[in-house]
Amino acid sequence: MSKVTIKELNLFYGKFQALHNINLPILKNEITAFIGPSGCGKSTLIKSLNRMNDLVEGCTISGEVKMDDENIYAKECNINLLRKRVGMVFQQPNPFPMSIYDNIAYGPRTHGIKNKQIVDELVEKSLRKAAIWEEVKDDLKKNALSLSGGQQQRICIARALAVDPEVLLMDEPTSALDPISTAKIEELVIGLKKDYTLVIVTHNMQQASRISDKTAFFLNGKIIEYDETRKIFTNPKKQETEDYISGRFG
Amino acid sequence: MKIKKLDSFMQGVFLISALISVMAIILIGIFVFGGGIPFIAEYGLSNFLLGEKWTPSNTPAAFGILPMIIGSVTVTLGAIVIGVPVGVLTAVFMAEFCPTKLYKVLKPAVNLMAAIPSIVYGFFALQLIVPFMRRLFGGTGMNMLTVILLLGIMILPTIIGMSESAIRAVPKSYYSGSLALGASHERSIMKVSLPAAKSGVLSSVILGIGRAIGETMAVVLVAGNQPRIPDSLTQGVRTLTTNIVLEMSYATGQHREALIATAVVLFGFILVINGIFLLIKRKEAIR
Ligand SMILES: Nc1ncnc2c1ncn2[C@@H]1O[C@H](COP(=O)(O)OP(=O)(O)OP(=O)(O)O)[C@@H](O)[C@H]1O
Ligand SMILES: [Mg+2]
Repeated sequence: MSKVTIKELNLFYGKFQALHNINLPILKNEITAFIGPSGCGKSTLIKSLNRMNDLVEGCTISGEVKMDDENIYAKECNINLLRKRVGMVFQQPNPFPMSIYDNIAYGPRTHGIKNKQIVDELVEKSLRKAAIWEEVKDDLKKNALSLSGGQQQRICIARALAVDPEVLLMDEPTSALDPISTAKIEELVIGLKKDYTLVIVTHNMQQASRISDKTAFFLNGKIIEYDETRKIFTNPKKQETEDYISGRFG
Repeated sequence: MKIKKLDSFMQGVFLISALISVMAIILIGIFVFGGGIPFIAEYGLSNFLLGEKWTPSNTPAAFGILPMIIGSVTVTLGAIVIGVPVGVLTAVFMAEFCPTKLYKVLKPAVNLMAAIPSIVYGFFALQLIVPFMRRLFGGTGMNMLTVILLLGIMILPTIIGMSESAIRAVPKSYYSGSLALGASHERSIMKVSLPAAKSGVLSSVILGIGRAIGETMAVVLVAGNQPRIPDSLTQGVRTLTTNIVLEMSYATGQHREALIATAVVLFGFILVINGIFLLIKRKEAIR
């Protein structure tokens, strides 16, 4: 079942067209990976799924992005509610300069949850889901910035999960991390599949093949090929895809 | 070889320039403390600091500066109560909400506020705030509230300027992280960006305190300048700075020394304020 459906999406930064006629389903409870060389539009597309592109001046969009059956670019769409439903984890871990607890509690509080007991429970639940509870449970008052990069990224994942999203977008979530932290996050991401729909941008071919179910290969703002990850990596249909995954360019 | 010579010559120039300011602060210290401490020793520290009477022309003369200490502290606190919320909110507005066109007017205006000589502020207060206070509370209109309003305005450029740059220095990634959780623009700024800038904002407040407690020329015009402990905000007040400026021109002997000792107390306040400022900066650097 398709959770998010992208239809005939064109995106311009001023006069420059960054995305060309994108059509893509994002299937429910699966991990969809975006791969492709630098500058091909992966981040641009992932940001158009939670409308973070609205922040970019001069960015215009045509086409549709449907979540369930609702066009998120429709006038009546509530952007804050959309971003609650579509969480995002950034390339650089960006915990707020406050305590671990307050980082996780920020989202729920934003959406009106004031009851301390409920917030407490949410904080624990989210930290557990992000596989970092054991490491920080005795130190929730500690400033999140004092954690290691890998821990910070898991805090950011926990923070995103705390608002109970349906979709989780991750733009190169492990590119700033060491191999051990990366492995932890990969394992964690696979575990999240049963509750969430995930989209991940990665430059790491092994990572895409290890964790994703579907893969979309991008080149110059177009989707060249989209298929089951296994097929993309063992038997791509397009020459460009094969060249890219075998490391011949990009 | 030649370049090397030029290098060490320039180094000497830099060193001398640096030494000049160090020398200046040392000389000021020697002069102020050297002039004031002997008086304090003779008159007694507690008689001086806690004495409620300042009657230099009586025999025997009394040199208690408690009224002025209370005056200075009260008007400074009052100025902070008015200036900090207005200044910080203005800074938030300028950094995050202000349309570019308005910013192009607002920013130079705030900079200009910082450049206006304080006597001009005093004159403004004399023409505007004093009559207003007279209508409101009767009397001369020269009272603590007048001074508080005036100082509250005068510290605005310090607070706005420093707070604005502190807010601008907060990484954008905090802001986008908050938006991505579904928080509004306003909430993201007030709950994430502004708290992230708190040490810069606090520094601006401390510098504002320093500015308010040291202000003289504007205050002397509108404060009333009675050397007694005021018991309400609508009474006139004399501050440490104005005490000195009012009487220095004719004071001689012990009276003159008492005024220099007043400067010692003022100097002490400034040292404490700057010490706190440094502490905040150091804590910031460690984090
Ligand atoms: N804010 C912007 N304004 C103008 N052009 C932009 C902006 N952001 C991205 N672009 C352009 O859009 C194109 C796609 O950028 P995007 O960041 O989506 O690439 P990417 O696939 O994520 O690359 P990378 O792998 O390096 O992260 C690039 O040519 C880029 O220069
Ligand atoms: Mg990118």
